[in-house]
Amino acid sequence: MTVHVRTTINAEPQEFLCEPGETLLEALRSRLGLTGTKEGCATGDCGACSVLLDGRLVPACLVLAAEVSGREVLTVEGVATGDTLHPVQQKFLEHAALQCGVCTPGFVVAAKALLDHNDDPTEEQVRYWLAGNLCRCTGYDKIVRAVLDAAADMRGVTV
Amino acid sequence: MPQTQAYEAPRTLADAVRLLSTDGHARPLAGGTDLLVQSRATQKLPSTFVDLKRIPELVGIEVGPDGLRLGAATSAAVICEHAEARRLWPGLVEAIGLLGSTQIQGRASVGGNLCNGSPAADTTCSLIVNRARGVIAGAKGERTVEVERFTTGPGRTVLEPGDLLVALVVPRPAARTADAYLRLIPRSEMDIAAAGAAASVTLDERGVCTAARVAIGAVAPTALLVPAAADALIGSRLDDAALRRAADAASAAARPIDDKRGTAVYRKTVVGVLTRRAAGIAAERARARP
Repeated sequence: MTVHVRTTINAEPQEFLCEPGETLLEALRSRLGLTGTKEGCATGDCGACSVLLDGRLVPACLVLAAEVSGREVLTVEGVATGDTLHPVQQKFLEHAALQCGVCTPGFVVAAKALLDHNDDPTEEQVRYWLAGNLCRCTGYDKIVRAVLDAAADMRGVTV
Repeated sequence: MPQTQAYEAPRTLADAVRLLSTDGHARPLAGGTDLLVQSRATQKLPSTFVDLKRIPELVGIEVGPDGLRLGAATSAAVICEHAEARRLWPGLVEAIGLLGSTQIQGRASVGGNLCNGSPAADTTCSLIVNRARGVIAGAKGERTVEVERFTTGPGRTVLEPGDLLVALVVPRPAARTADAYLRLIPRSEMDIAAAGAAASVTLDERGVCTAARVAIGAVAPTALLVPAAADALIGSRLDDAALRRAADAASAAARPIDDKRGTAVYRKTVVGVLTRRAAGIAAERARARP
């Protein structure tokens, strides 16, 4: 059985065929060429494949591709507006909040999801929210600073 | 992932029950946080994934005069955003909020947590102390089971082939009643409980405990309701001496194993401490209620 999926990805209508047991992560990367979403653990532990499904932060490795029929997916490719980076992306650059970069798309999507509903989080809230995103390079501090700075930016405050 | 033959997203409960009861290798899919991981790890794929999230009875949260009805596939994130549920069952909702990371919260369900049958499942103790019942649909019709009887061993439940957990129903708390849940994990976040304890207490106008329930997790093959711990609380003003007696009863009821998260001896002690503290928090919450 091949499943025909009609969905919306990064605000564009998309159609694809997939296997019934295929994950959204596999479909994004292998069928749709959206390789910004990374595979880390593939067991929901590392956050590298974080995407928004109907606005809700989820690990794409634990979503079946067939499930997204009629729903809206946002991947890291859809976070910027044209050539204008999202404040989270801009602040990741300014704070050098990445080294090898494999975890970065997941952090960007997760941080955007936080700031979408709370543009003034405490450091503790940022750290708990991002506890499911693992980074083996940075030690997290620069990431947390970048997210707090992005929040300030979105509120129109200079830190 | 290796191949599965079919994906179905039935729109009605009857269709889901038919799919599950006519194919013994079909598996219900809620958030997939256990099912997809286990399928991949064991290479044992279901013949069909039966996605439950398009069935109205399976998703959503309702709080009414009779209490709470929680669709079994409702995600933890949705439940934790429900202010009235948080107010009435703070311990239960806190336990639900402990399920995995933010990402996992977006997928994982309370029904799935229960059906997975882990002795360390964070939500089970809180369901038990709140007298939750599981509503089960099957080929032979619908029945309900108390949550303390739902899990029969690690990874084992009362569900028969073709059965589906549809919802959890929790009666509305009586006046001056409140709950709490605490767990101990080796890390500060994102870990599995080495021990857990939930308590629900009811006070009279004078502050005397008239009813109580205590349940402990990760210290036996299933979460345990501990009537002896509740008995230690009932009739008291939930003073330190009563809380300590409840702690001793919980420790005595625990039958833990040694594993990488802690030794049996440690868990037996810690589950008592958690019981004492959880009952103390439930008492404070109950005293603050009209």
